[in-house]
Amino acid sequence: MKTTLHRRKVVEILLDNRKDLLVVAGLGSTAWDITAAGDSPLNFPLWGAMGNAAMFGLGLALAQPKRRVLVLTGDGEMLMGMGSLATIGVQKPRNLSVVVIDNERYGETGMQATHTAAGLDLAKVAQGCGFKVARQIRNAAQLAALRAAIHRPSGPLFAQVKVVAEKIPLVLPPRDGGLLKARFRRALLGEPADLD
Amino acid sequence: MKRMDHTWPDQLYKTLKDARVRQVGYVPDAGHKRLIELCLADTDMRAVVLSTEEEGIGLAAGAWLGGQRSALLMQSSGVGNCINQLGTVRECRFPLLLLVTMRGQKGEFNPWQVPMGQATPAVLEAMDVVVEEANTADEIVPAVDAAARLAFGSYQAVAVLISQAVIGIKSFQDQASR
Repeated sequence: MKTTLHRRKVVEILLDNRKDLLVVAGLGSTAWDITAAGDSPLNFPLWGAMGNAAMFGLGLALAQPKRRVLVLTGDGEMLMGMGSLATIGVQKPRNLSVVVIDNERYGETGMQATHTAAGLDLAKVAQGCGFKVARQIRNAAQLAALRAAIHRPSGPLFAQVKVVAEKIPLVLPPRDGGLLKARFRRALLGEPADLD
Repeated sequence: MKRMDHTWPDQLYKTLKDARVRQVGYVPDAGHKRLIELCLADTDMRAVVLSTEEEGIGLAAGAWLGGQRSALLMQSSGVGNCINQLGTVRECRFPLLLLVTMRGQKGEFNPWQVPMGQATPAVLEAMDVVVEEANTADEIVPAVDAAARLAFGSYQAVAVLISQAVIGIKSFQDQASR
């Protein structure tokens, strides 16, 4: 079944009325996607560290068990850190969701095919790693259910959202890593965090 | 070999507690065995087994974003797995406390361990990680205590390299003959 979902719309829906959701985005297109949906100090867009977005999410989710944490990343980024799904599956944080926006392409480097284009099923990988819920998403109804699920503490949740492969304009977040870190901590932990 | 103080892992655990470390990522190493057991048994600490060392850099960064301190335990071969991720630590000025048990040093039996073991200090320094070496059991706890203060007080990446002279020389020939 072919997908008709477009990545910017998918991310806009997932982040709609996000409440106090903490968001980590993997290097590349998903960092631009979360910024297009509205930059926030509670976004941590990665400009590097490819393959490690899910682990940033795990450390954050373990440190903040009362908050919901959403990692949004691409298929290429997730493939590079597939072992992190195994690591998350052992820890089983209820407050963590990992959502892969899967266009089956390395979007920043010329749209070369990734392993998912050859049929690799990341949802099955996540299921095998012990995620409580692991789904593929291909339509609006499934997406709406996913939006609701990421706000429930019933994880760890994994979703592979199949989206159309398309080149779209970049929407860039701040690039300064020190700034991104400091603004996130201040928004989450308050000014005392500056003195910790 | 000179008789070593074998209580240092227990003292090291206390040092991590005193430093308010709450998450401990690790890829197991025989030299960290006791410390890992103590961390796993602590309900106020989260010991996270990693599938590769670089995951621990993300874990540590995420923990800091969420207001928790962490430590990362690995063998020297794992340092090589972390190189690119250390670039993010530097760019964001995340505090990072690495406890590295050394292989490939004096008396190493496995030649495949030697290149990464010998390159470990240079690789870390190239990525802007402060390197402290603990060459005797007595040096470990003070070195980690100081490293934790530097890491969390001054937002630095700091590695304590625990010498193979402390851990002991692994010999597969000895093990095979038992």
